[in-house]
Amino acid sequence: MFYSRWQIVAIGLACLVGVMLALPNVVGQNVLRFLPFERQIHLGLDLKGGSYLLLEVDTEAAERERLENVVDGVRRALRTANILYVDLRIEGGAVRFKVRDPARVDDARAALQPIVGNAAAPEYQITSSEGGELALAPTEAVARERANDAVTRSIEIVRRRIDETGVNEPEISRQGTDRIAVELPGVQDPDRLKRLLGTTAKLSFHLLSLETPAPGAPAPPGTEYLPGTADAGHGGGRYLVERLVEVDGSHLTDAQAGTNSQNGEWVVNFTFDSVGGREFGAVTQKNVGRSLAIVLDNRVISAPVIREPILGGRGQISGRFTAAGANDLAILLRGGALPAPLKIIEERTVGPNLGADAIRTGIYACAIGGAFVVAFMIFFYHLFGVFASLGLVINLSMLMGLLSLLQASLTLPGIVGILLTVGMSVDANVLINERIREEARKGRGPVSAIQTGFSKAMSTIIDANLTTLLKMMILFMLGSGPVKGFAVTISLGIMTSMFTAIVVVRLFIALWLRRARPKALLA
Amino acid sequence: MFGPRLVPDDTTIPFMNGRFAGLIVSAVLSISSLILAFYPGLNLGIDFRGGVAIQAHMKDPVDFTKLRPALEALHLGPVELQEFGSPYDVEIRLQRQPGGDSAQQEAVSKVRTTLERNFADTTLQSVEAVGATVSGELFQNGLMALGVAMLAMLGYIWFRFEWQFGVAATATLVLDVTKIVGVYGLTQFEFNVTSIVAILTIMGYSINDKVVVYDRVRENLRLYRRMPLRELIDRSINETLCRTIATSGTVFLAILPLAIMSASTLREFAIVLLVGIVIGTSSSIFIAAPILLLLGEGRLRRPSPAGAAEQGAGGSAH
Repeated sequence: MFYSRWQIVAIGLACLVGVMLALPNVVGQNVLRFLPFERQIHLGLDLKGGSYLLLEVDTEAAERERLENVVDGVRRALRTANILYVDLRIEGGAVRFKVRDPARVDDARAALQPIVGNAAAPEYQITSSEGGELALAPTEAVARERANDAVTRSIEIVRRRIDETGVNEPEISRQGTDRIAVELPGVQDPDRLKRLLGTTAKLSFHLLSLETPAPGAPAPPGTEYLPGTADAGHGGGRYLVERLVEVDGSHLTDAQAGTNSQNGEWVVNFTFDSVGGREFGAVTQKNVGRSLAIVLDNRVISAPVIREPILGGRGQISGRFTAAGANDLAILLRGGALPAPLKIIEERTVGPNLGADAIRTGIYACAIGGAFVVAFMIFFYHLFGVFASLGLVINLSMLMGLLSLLQASLTLPGIVGILLTVGMSVDANVLINERIREEARKGRGPVSAIQTGFSKAMSTIIDANLTTLLKMMILFMLGSGPVKGFAVTISLGIMTSMFTAIVVVRLFIALWLRRARPKALLA
Repeated sequence: MFGPRLVPDDTTIPFMNGRFAGLIVSAVLSISSLILAFYPGLNLGIDFRGGVAIQAHMKDPVDFTKLRPALEALHLGPVELQEFGSPYDVEIRLQRQPGGDSAQQEAVSKVRTTLERNFADTTLQSVEAVGATVSGELFQNGLMALGVAMLAMLGYIWFRFEWQFGVAATATLVLDVTKIVGVYGLTQFEFNVTSIVAILTIMGYSINDKVVVYDRVRENLRLYRRMPLRELIDRSINETLCRTIATSGTVFLAILPLAIMSASTLREFAIVLLVGIVIGTSSSIFIAAPILLLLGEGRLRRPSPAGAAEQGAGGSAH
């Protein structure tokens, strides 16, 4: 039970730092400035109020689109090599076709070499099966890489779009392989954000076809029917557009909502980069009098007639927008297109009142629960109960300090976690006190009883706490959001309560022993 | 220096006399719990069932005769409405919408618009929409967490004690967990991710309690090499009884205010924890100890007291 001076100082310092770290949570704003630490506990969405969205990146759709381009490449390559084929299609994540003359399978392989890529690191692999059937699929590494890349880029674009809407401190993180978790503090109605995030925003400019096929006839080769955007008021109308992309939306450098000076309608003004500007200039120069369809995610926003060549690299999208509609479209265009469609697979929104209520009851419950525990301890263990209660106070402030320092989210279950910590911290003290008492009853002197009591209780305390810690680690790995918060709170609570019980309370008792020199522990 | 005793010193209650009674009562309770889990069945929350749950606060007392038709007109399947907390608050639940994960989102938007249009100044306190993919995964993860935790406990106790201890503790945990599930069946509390957390917490608490008793059994095995196991276990339980009651009592007291004061979600969590503490504490004495007695009789090793000091500090009894 001997502590050297520097040990006492070190323990005291650790406690002091814990308390200092916890302080910002309880003092007012005007005191906060003078504290060395300013971090406060980070509240989870369920306490703070806000919206949680879980998005899934549809990497398969992105891959399918890529394969559609590969189909074109395969068609061209085979035609150049004069290889006859049938049944060219996309199936099961691969481009498949059948070579008419099975003897020419190897020629076909050779012809596709440019698509496959260099032999050292091929992008695609070709597998052949019976009857001259060939399948061209991305290699596993490439597929993984692409999916990964799509998710990374999606996160970037999601962040840009959310930032544009002015949400404070959004948190965007990757979950698993193809999911993105978005936390939007303070957002009560996430409908607009859901719409913004659910839009791929792939913009392209196409010429309207000049052909007029008979009603009911399929679209002529090289053209396709695209629906008009519903909110543009064309409800149900469709356009026959040429498949060829005249200018791609990826060349946009800026987009701003504004009003048309002539009719006051809301429009989106956009600016192209130099390549886009040149292409746009060329198209509009060659096709004066024709209609240019502005296509967003395979829907025609509008198809204005080209009245004169537009050479400055700037243009305007009109489409009977509302102010909000124009604004949102500008945000989408500025942020760029998502590499793959995003699906919202989970939403959880909590109003601010609910969380505030929970915090208030949580604080009261902790205070009352803590008071019960202190009363209990002091009643049954007198002085040793006082030590334990002091330890409990230090334990709770260290826990709050650690939560503030690590910026771990405190969630609703986390409040229960704190209460459980109160319980566990007492458990360690009860174990020790009971043990000390037992040893004293066996006739040991105070110092010896206390020493043996601590050392014998130690293995039990460690066993009991390690099992819980183990369990919380599992919970942390498997859980999500609030559950993770719970696991973190309890894990930190276990560490602080072990520290206070084994080190701090022990120090209190040692100091008391030194000073009071009791003759016997039991009356 | 010390205050009054919770349990008088030198208490010797022959707990092991009731070993079969304990096991039988426990088995009966666990079996009825399992029956409760199917009839009437668990009230699965949207975490596991998928679907939409919205809590709305209205300016006027909720007019169900107006609200129900307004929502049913949206054709979103059966609409469950329930008042909660106050006459101004209503919970709206929709079953999982057919048509994939995004269908849930559309349903939320429709309900939101309808409420805004027909009931002015309604605020949505909470909105939860979970699709089939996520609910399936949450359920799977929940079960996996329980399973992995169970195995981890078995492994840890096996490693620190002997296999009889590990098996007895794990078997007891299974019985504990089934009873908690029974509590959910009986009370019809919502069974969701938070419930899994509650179960894991109770498991943690329960195992903690078992470790304390086992620790004493291990110690006594070294001290009293010739004492019959039955007597030795009784002695160990009695020696730790005061601690067991003190700890359970304090944890119970710590959580009690929350169970009384808080609003629905947290309250259910707290109540289940309270019941769990009682289950976890009693199972240490009436189930874990008897199983250990049955498994360990004549088998548990009893190292010499000389080696005890070293092993007590060093860990495994192997």
